[in-house]
Amino acid sequence: MSDSTATTEAPAEPPAPDTEGSEPKPNFMRLFGGYLTEANSVMVTIYSLLLAFLIGAILLIVSDEFTRSTFSYFFSRPQDAWYASRDLVVESYTSLFEGAILNFNTLEAYRAGDAEFGNLLRPLSETLTYATPLIFTGLAVGLAFRAGLFNIGAQGQLIFGMMGALIVGFSLDLPIWLHLPLAIIAGAVAGGALGAVPGVLKATTGAHEVISSIMLNNIAALFLVWALGTAFLHSETKSDLVSKPVDDSATLPTLLSSLNPSLRVNLALIIGFAVAALVWWLLSKSTFGFRIRAVGFNEHAAATAGMRIGSTYTTTMTAAGALAGLGGAALALGVSSGGITTNTALDYGFSGITVALLGRANPGGIVASALLFGALKAGALSAQPDVPVDISTLLQATIVLFIAAPALVKAILHLRTPRGGLVTLEAKGW
Amino acid sequence: MAVKPFKLALAGISAVGLAALAACGDAPSDSNGGDNADASFTACMVTDSGGIDDKSFNESAWAGMEAAKAENDDIEVTYKESSNTDDYDPNLQSSVDDGCNFIVGVGGLMAANVTTAAQANTGVGFAIVDGTPSDAEGAPVETENVFSIQFDTAQSAFLAGYVAASQTQTGTVATWGGMQIPPVTIFMDGFAAGIEQHNTDKGTDVKLLGWDAAAQTGTFLNSFEDAAAGKSTSDTFISQGADILFPVAGPAGIGALTAAEEAGDAVNAIWVDTDGFESTDYGSKLITSAEKGLSNAVRDAVLAAYDGEAGNGTYVGTLENEGVSIAPFHDFDAAVSDETKAELEALTAAIIDGSLVVESPASPAAS
Repeated sequence: MSDSTATTEAPAEPPAPDTEGSEPKPNFMRLFGGYLTEANSVMVTIYSLLLAFLIGAILLIVSDEFTRSTFSYFFSRPQDAWYASRDLVVESYTSLFEGAILNFNTLEAYRAGDAEFGNLLRPLSETLTYATPLIFTGLAVGLAFRAGLFNIGAQGQLIFGMMGALIVGFSLDLPIWLHLPLAIIAGAVAGGALGAVPGVLKATTGAHEVISSIMLNNIAALFLVWALGTAFLHSETKSDLVSKPVDDSATLPTLLSSLNPSLRVNLALIIGFAVAALVWWLLSKSTFGFRIRAVGFNEHAAATAGMRIGSTYTTTMTAAGALAGLGGAALALGVSSGGITTNTALDYGFSGITVALLGRANPGGIVASALLFGALKAGALSAQPDVPVDISTLLQATIVLFIAAPALVKAILHLRTPRGGLVTLEAKGW
Repeated sequence: MAVKPFKLALAGISAVGLAALAACGDAPSDSNGGDNADASFTACMVTDSGGIDDKSFNESAWAGMEAAKAENDDIEVTYKESSNTDDYDPNLQSSVDDGCNFIVGVGGLMAANVTTAAQANTGVGFAIVDGTPSDAEGAPVETENVFSIQFDTAQSAFLAGYVAASQTQTGTVATWGGMQIPPVTIFMDGFAAGIEQHNTDKGTDVKLLGWDAAAQTGTFLNSFEDAAAGKSTSDTFISQGADILFPVAGPAGIGALTAAEEAGDAVNAIWVDTDGFESTDYGSKLITSAEKGLSNAVRDAVLAAYDGEAGNGTYVGTLENEGVSIAPFHDFDAAVSDETKAELEALTAAIIDGSLVVESPASPAAS
C-alpha cells in the first residue's frame, strides 16, 4: 500500500526543480529522500513530533488496565494484545483529534441537520482559546532567547499582566474603545515592569537572569494570593478567593459567539497574531532587533562593535515581560473576565518555554507550536476520561525533549548530519 | 549505503500513511458511541480541581457515581477533570456533546457555570454539589433542570466539636480551612458551636484557634492541595498549645495529620468529609470524623435522574436523614467516656427533633 503511494507520487511531481544539473541525475526522490534522512531542523522537528506520539502511544498502552491485561497472555494469543493496543492508541489519538479539530459525532449530527455549523467549530475554538496565552508567553521566552537570555520568568510576568489588566479593567469607567486598549496596555506595562527587574539586575550587577526570573515567579504567584484577598481586588459577591469581574467595556469581544455562544475564542487571538508579526518585524527588520541578535550571537563582538550590552539586556527583558503581560491580559480580559483565581494562570508561562523551544525562537514557529500545544490541551480536556488528561503535558514534554536534543533524534533514526552541523537552540546566558 | 536513506524514506512515508489510514478508518466505530454503549442512560461528572483520585471530595462523588452504576446496569458513568475554573465551561459543554443525560458538577465554585449550561440545554439534567443554581454574581436563579445537593455539615461538625472539647487536655483546639468558601466555613461554624455547647453544659473553658465564628474570620491556606502549607499551619497551632486539630481542607488536611504524628501522642486530629480512619493512613491519630454522605447523595441523585425524578429538586443532608454524621471512634472508643457518648446521643436527638438548632451563615438555605 505504502509502496504504491510512494511510487505513484514520484512521477506525479514535476522533475526536480533543482536547475544546476551538473550532478548525475539529481532526481526528486533522491533529493527528497536525502532531505528526509538528514538531521536538519525541519526534519528533526517532524521526527520529534512522531517520536513523541510513539512514546505517548507506548505509555497509553502501558497505562490502560485492559490493554495491559491482554499482554499477560501475549504468547498464547498475541493478536489480542495487538488489536487491543492498536484500538486503544487509534481511539485515543482520534479522540484527541476530535477534541482539538473536528468532532466526527458533531459532523454526523450536522450532516443530519441536528447540529448548527457553530457546534462544528467548537473544538477549533477551544484549541485557539488555549493557544492564545501560549502565543504571548512563547514570544516572551523566544524574544529573550534571541538575545541569549533565558527568560524563565514568563509565568510571573503573565501573573502581573493579569493583575494589571484586571485592575484597569474593573476600576475605570470608560467607553470600550478606550477602556479595552487601556486595560490591555496595563497588562503589558505590569508584565514589562516585572520583566525589567531581571534585565536591570543582570545589566547592573551581573545577577543571572535565570535565577532572578525564576524567583520572581514565586514572588508573583504569592503576591497574587495576597492581592486577591484584599478588599480592593476581592469579589464583592463571592466568598472564595476570586477577583472582581472586569467591566463589559474592558472584556475582549468573542469572535464567533454569534454562531454559537459556546465558542470562546476572542480578540486576543488576533492580537496574538499581530504581535507575533510585530516581533518578527522587530527581530528581522529593525535596529533594535539587529542589536538583540548581535548580542545573542556574541556579546563580546557586539560590545566591540559599540553596542551597549547592558541596555540591550534590560530592554529585551522588558519587552519580553510586556509580551508575557499581554498573555495575562488575554486571560484576565478574556476567558477569565468573570474573575481571576490563583489557578487562572495554570502553567502558561512555563509552557511558553517549551513553545519557544519547539518554535525555535522564531515568531512564526512560536505561533505554530502554540497552536499545536493549544490543540493538545483542548484535545486532552475533551478526550478524558478515556485518555488521561496528563497525556497532553506528557506529549509536550517529550516533543521538547527531542527538539532540545537533536543528536538523540539523529542517533535513534540514524540520520545524516546536515552540512551546517546540528541545529541546537541554546540560551547563551546559561 | 545509498539505498539506506531511500528505504528509510519509504518507511517514514508508509508509517505516516498507515497512521493516516488508521485514523480515518476507525473514526466511524468511535462515533457509534465510545464506551459500553449498551446502557441507555449516561451520567457524567465534572470535577473540581484536585482530580478524581483526591482522597476527598471528588473521589467521594465519583464513588457515588459508580455506586449508581453498580445498582442499575442501564446506567453508564464517566467524568471530566477540571484543572482550574476556566475548564468548567468546556468540560460541561463536552459532557453535553458526549450525550450525557445527567451531569453532576462537583463543587459550589461551578454553580454559575452549571446553571448557564442547564439553561442552554434544557433537555439534559444537571446537579450541583454544595451549591444552588445561581448567576455569575451569585444571585439565585430559578431553573427546571438543576438538582441541588447540599449538606448541613454544621450538624456533624457540631458533634465533632463537642467530642474535641471533651477530649482536649490542654483546653485548646484548632481548626483551619482550605479556602474561605461556605462548604468549608460551615464545618468550622459547627465545630465552634459544638465547643461552645460543651463549655456551657460542662463548665469548661475550651478555646478554639483558627476560626472566629462571630467575625467569620480565620486561618485559610487558599489551597486544597498544599499539604506542606497545612503542616506548617498545624505546627504553629500545636506550638500555641492546641492538642486537637480539625483541618477542613480535603487533601491538604493530611498536613495536619503528619504534624500530629510528629508531635507525638499528645496531639490528635478530627477528619472531615469521609471517615478518615479508612480513607487516610493516619487512623490511629483520628478521634473521629465529621462525615458528609456525598457518595450516597450523588448515587441517589443519579438514580432519581434515571427515573426522571431529579428535576430541580433539592437534597439537604442532615443528621436526620443520615446525610451527615460523625464517624465511629475506632481507636479512641475507650478514650471517649460513656457519659460523653450518651450526651452526644442526646444532642443528636435534640438536633433531629429541632429543639437544638446549629446555625451557620453558610447553612443550606433550602432546609
